[in-house]
Amino acid sequence: MASVSRKNRNKNTLKRSCGVAASVEDKEAEEGMDGAEEEVTSSEEDEGQDERKRQKLLEAISALGGKRKKTLGERSEAAVHMSEFSVNTEGGPGKVELADLIGSLEKTSAVPNKRKKELKKMQHINKTLDSPLSKQETERIQRDMAFQKAASEVSRWDSIIIQNNKAEQLVFPLSQEPAGPKPVETLVAGWKAKTPLEQEVFALLSANKQPLTDPVLTPAEKASVKAMSLEEAKIRRAELQKARILQSYYEAKARRERKIKSKKYHKVQNKAKRKEFLKNFDQMVKTDPAAALQELNKMELARMQERMSLKHQNSSKWAKSKAIMAKYDDEARKAMQQQLEMNRELTQKLVVPLNEEEEEEGRECDAEVLPDFVNDAVDMRDALNPWMKGKLTEEPTQEKLKITETEEREVVAAEEEEEEQEAEETEEEALLREFDRRRNLQERAATEDSAASDSDENDPAEITTPPRRMENNSKDTQGVPSADINDESAQLEEGLERIRTVEDLELLHHEPSAEEKHPGTTKAPPSEGKSVGKLKKKKKKKGIELKEVLTKETNMIKVPLTPTITDSENSEAKLDQRGLIKEAFAGDDVISDFLKDKRRQEDEGKPKVIDLTLPGWGHWGGVGLKLPTRKRRRFRFKGAPPPPRKDQHLPSVIISEKKSASISLHQVHSLPFPFENSTQFESCIRSPLGRTWNTERTVKKVTKPRVVTHLGTIIEPIAEEELYRMCYVTHDTSTSHNK
Amino acid sequence: MKVKVLSRNPDDYVRETKHDIQRVLYLLFYHRITSASSLSKQFLVCFPCSLLFSFPQVKVWNLTKHECVRTLQAHEGFVRGMVVRYCGTSFFTIGDDKTIKQWKMEAPGYGEAEEPLNTILGKTVFTGLDHHLKKGVFATCGQQVDIWDEQRSTPIRSFTWGVDSFSSLRFNPVETELLGSCASDRSIVLYDMRESTPLKKVIMTMRPNTLCWNPMEAYIFTCANEDYNLYTYDMRYLEKPFKVHMDHVSAVLDVDYAPTGQEFVSASFDKTIRIFPKDAGHSREVYHTKRMQHVICVKWSADNRYILSGSDEMNIRLWKANAAEKLGMLAPREKAAINYSQKLKEKFQHHPQIKRIARHRHLPKNIYHQRNELRIMKEARRRKEMNVRKHSKPGSVPLVSEKEKHVVTVVK
Repeated sequence: MASVSRKNRNKNTLKRSCGVAASVEDKEAEEGMDGAEEEVTSSEEDEGQDERKRQKLLEAISALGGKRKKTLGERSEAAVHMSEFSVNTEGGPGKVELADLIGSLEKTSAVPNKRKKELKKMQHINKTLDSPLSKQETERIQRDMAFQKAASEVSRWDSIIIQNNKAEQLVFPLSQEPAGPKPVETLVAGWKAKTPLEQEVFALLSANKQPLTDPVLTPAEKASVKAMSLEEAKIRRAELQKARILQSYYEAKARRERKIKSKKYHKVQNKAKRKEFLKNFDQMVKTDPAAALQELNKMELARMQERMSLKHQNSSKWAKSKAIMAKYDDEARKAMQQQLEMNRELTQKLVVPLNEEEEEEGRECDAEVLPDFVNDAVDMRDALNPWMKGKLTEEPTQEKLKITETEEREVVAAEEEEEEQEAEETEEEALLREFDRRRNLQERAATEDSAASDSDENDPAEITTPPRRMENNSKDTQGVPSADINDESAQLEEGLERIRTVEDLELLHHEPSAEEKHPGTTKAPPSEGKSVGKLKKKKKKKGIELKEVLTKETNMIKVPLTPTITDSENSEAKLDQRGLIKEAFAGDDVISDFLKDKRRQEDEGKPKVIDLTLPGWGHWGGVGLKLPTRKRRRFRFKGAPPPPRKDQHLPSVIISEKKSASISLHQVHSLPFPFENSTQFESCIRSPLGRTWNTERTVKKVTKPRVVTHLGTIIEPIAEEELYRMCYVTHDTSTSHNK
Repeated sequence: MKVKVLSRNPDDYVRETKHDIQRVLYLLFYHRITSASSLSKQFLVCFPCSLLFSFPQVKVWNLTKHECVRTLQAHEGFVRGMVVRYCGTSFFTIGDDKTIKQWKMEAPGYGEAEEPLNTILGKTVFTGLDHHLKKGVFATCGQQVDIWDEQRSTPIRSFTWGVDSFSSLRFNPVETELLGSCASDRSIVLYDMRESTPLKKVIMTMRPNTLCWNPMEAYIFTCANEDYNLYTYDMRYLEKPFKVHMDHVSAVLDVDYAPTGQEFVSASFDKTIRIFPKDAGHSREVYHTKRMQHVICVKWSADNRYILSGSDEMNIRLWKANAAEKLGMLAPREKAAINYSQKLKEKFQHHPQIKRIARHRHLPKNIYHQRNELRIMKEARRRKEMNVRKHSKPGSVPLVSEKEKHVVTVVK
C-alpha cells in the first residue's frame, strides 16, 4: 500500500517525458482510480516504516538464538513493492529526463543512426497522451456503438417491409413450401451406393452429369432454366402475347370478312384472288415445279367440285327467275351468260406444259375408254346437241377415270365440263343455252358443213379435241355387240326422264333452227344400242343414283315467284292515328307552356331587390307617400347576380340547380384522405366492383382480400429466408436490367 | 278539341326496364353496402367461453375443448410470468418465490410426482420472462435484465442501467437477438443479447406497462402505457413514436400483435379489449362484456383467428379476432360473397351513412361517459394552449405534436 502511495506522489512530481506508452497508461489508470487516496498516504507511509522496523527487530531477536539460526535470506519481489514503470525519485537527483535514458545509446554502435535521430527528435516533443474517459462515458460510447450496429442490422428489413405494406395481397404464412417433387437427398438421408452395380451406375451418372439425387433437373437443364431470367421470360411472354393478339385480330378480321353478305364484295375479292394466284402460278411453274404441281392438283380438285356442284349452272332460283325474264330482258340474259361463263372459267382445264405427254397418253386411253361417247349423244332426240351426248356418258366415264389415273381424269373432265352443266340444267337454262348454241351453229354452218356436231363448243381450247375423239370412238365402237334387252329397258327409263326434259324444252320453245340441224347428225341411230349397252355395264359397276336424284331435283324446282304486294292501307292508318292525336291535342300549346315555365324559373333565380327601408323611420310614412331618393338608394339594393344557368343556351331544356337535401344526406362532403382531387375520388367510386358489370375474372381480381390466412395454420414470424429471397429477386432483376 | 289526361305517376304502372338501371343500381348498391356493413354487427360478441383460474397455480387448457387439462402448484405465492419454449415441449414459470422453473408440457404419468424439469434459484424477485425464438436461451427481468442459458444456473449476461425494477420484457421475434423491456422509471430499454451493454433508453411521460414487437416488421414495437395510450415505435428512431393509438379510457395493461403483423390487440384497466390496425390512431373494434373486469393480459392466437384475454374476475375469454367472420370452412361462393361485401364496405367507407353504420359500437355507459369526459378535457387543454399561444410572443409557445408530447428524453 505504501509503495502505491509513494508511486502516486512520484507521479505527481515526475514530469513524464518518457515515450513508453504502456507505463504512462498504467499510471493514468491508477490515477483515475484513486484520486482521493492522496491524503491517506502520509499516515500509511509512517505505518509502513514502523512495520519495517518491527520486522528488523524481530529478525534481530531471532538471530540472537544461535544454533537455531536460519539462513533464510530476505527475498524481496520488485513487483510487489514497486513497479518497473514508476521510477522512484525520492532519493535521486530529480526527475528523469529522456536524455538520461538514451545517453548510453550514443556510445553503442549497434543502434542505427536513423533510430538515434528519431530519438533525438523525440526529446523536443513535449506532448502527452490524453487521459482515458470515465467509465460512464465509455459505457455511453459503447452503447451508442452497439445501438448503431443494431439499427443498421435491423435496417436491412426496410425493403421487405415497404414491399409488404404496398402489396395488394399478403398471403400468410409467408414461406409456404414449394409444390412439386422434393430432392431425394432430403427424403433419403445418408443413403449410399454400396453394391458394385450401384457404384457403377453412379459413376456413369456422374460422368454424364446426370442428376444423382434430384430426379427432376439435370445440371444442364438447371443452367438453362437459370439462363432465362424473370425479365427475359416476361419479355418473351409479352412477345408471345402480342403475336397471339395479332393472330386473333387477323382471325377476327377474316371472320368478319367472311360474314360480309355483299355478293359483289366477294365477287371482287375472289376475282382478285384468282388473278393473283394465276400470276403467281406462272412463276411458280418456273421456280418450283413440285409446288406448282400441288397447286395444280388443288385447282383440279376445285374444278371437280365446281363441276359437281350446281352453283353456276343456272339452276338456282335466281337463274330461273332470270330465265323467265331472259326472253324480254337483255340484262337478265347477260347475267345468265355471265354465270355460265364463270362456270366455264372455273371448270376450264388448265393446260400446263408439265404433263403434256401424259395428256396425250390419256387421250389414247380415252379413245378406248370412251367409245360410247358419241353414241349416247346420238340416242338423244336433239342429236345436234353434243352437250346432251355427254350427259349420258359423263358419270361412268368420270368414275372410271377416277379409278385409273389423274391425267386421264383431267382430260376427260375437260371434255365433260360442258356436258355436266347440261346434265343439271332445267328448262330455263336449256333455253338459254339453246340460244347460244343456235347462234354458234348458225355461225358454223356458214363456215364449215362437216363439223356440225362440234359447233356447240364454245371454248376454243377444247373445240379441237372432243369431236375428234368422238369420231374415233364411234369408229372403234362400231363392232361392239348390243347388250341384253332388260338392261336396256332399265336404262331407258332413265332416258325417258331425260327425254321428258327435252320435251319440256321443246314444249317451251319450238325452234325451227334446232330441227333444221337434225339431219346433220348422221351417226345417231346406229350407235344408240351400243352406247346403251355400255352404259348399262358401267351402271352395274357404279350406281348413278346420285345423278338421278340430281336431275330429278333440278326438274322439280319450278316455283313461280309470287308478286310482292305493297300495303298502302297501313300507312293510311298511321296517318289517321297522327291526325287523331293532332286533333285531340289541338288546343294544347305545349311549347308555349314550356317556355313560360322556363321563364318563370329563370325569374325566380334572378336577384331580388332587397328593401331595408323602415317606413316612417326618419321621415313621414303613410299611404301615397314616396320614399326620398336618398333613402331609396341607400336602403334598396339588388343582390349579386347568380352564376349563369346551365340551360342558358338550351331552349328546350330546364335544368334545375336546386340541391336536394335527401340526397346530400348520402353524399361525401369532404375529400377522403388518400385522394388528391374530387375527380380521382369520383372515378374510384364510379368503377364497378360486382358481377353486374364485370367479368368473373375481373370481379375476382378486384375483390381479392388484402390479407389471406388459412384456417388453423400457424403463422410464424417473418424469417431471414424471406430477406434472402427478396435479395435474390432484386439482384436478379437488377442484373437483367444491366444486361 | 282539348283532351285532358289524368296525371299518374308512371312508376306505379310502368314496369322497370333497362333504362331505369341507374336508379335501380343506386338502390341495389345502397342496399348491398348497408347490409354488408350492418351484417358485421350481427356476429359480434365473444364466445361464451369463460374459464376460471387462480393465481398461485398454473393451469394448462385445451382450447378446442374448453377444458383444463392439468393444474400445477408451480410456485409459492403468485406466478408472475410464464413462457412456452419455442419447441412447445416445455414451459418456464417465474414466481414470487424468486425461482425459475421449467416444466414439461406433458402431464406426468400415473404415480409420477409433478416435478419441474429444472429449477433455478434467483437472488431477487422476477417480474417478467420471455424465451428466445430459436435458441435455448431465455431472459428474465426484475431488478435487472438477465439472459439465461437453459443449461446453466447462473445468467450468462445481466444488464443494468441505473433502474431499480423492470416490469416486462420481450424478445424480438424477427431479429431474435434483440430485446425490449419496460422499466419502472417510465422508460423503455432496448438490449442486444450479444452486446455487454444495453442499446438505448427512451423515457416517457408515464410508465409503459408492456411492449410487443411486430412479428413481420423487425424494428417496430408497440408499448402499452399508463396514460391510456399505446405507442408504436421504430426502434431506430426513438425520439418520437411512429404512431400514437388512443381510445382506451384507462391504463393499458397488455398488448399483443397478430401473427400477420397487421393488427394488435390491447387489454386495458377500463375493462375493454381493443383491436387496432398497426398504423391507425384509433381502434377498429372494442370488445367488452358485462362481467369482464380489468383485463390484465391478452394474446392473439397463432392462426390469426382468435384472441384470448385474462381478466381480474379470474376468467379467460376467447374472442373472435374478426367479429363478423364466419367460423369453419367456407364454400367458394360464400368466400367470394364475403370478399365482395368487404370490398364494397371499403369502397364506400367514406359515405356518411355507411360510415355511421360501420363505425358504430356499443360501449358500456361508464366507459362512454369517461370517453366523453376525456374528450372534453382534451379539447379544453387544446383550447387553453391555443389561447396561451395567442396571447404570448409569437414562437415562444411552440406547437408540439401529439407524438412528441409523450416522450421526455432519449438516453444514449
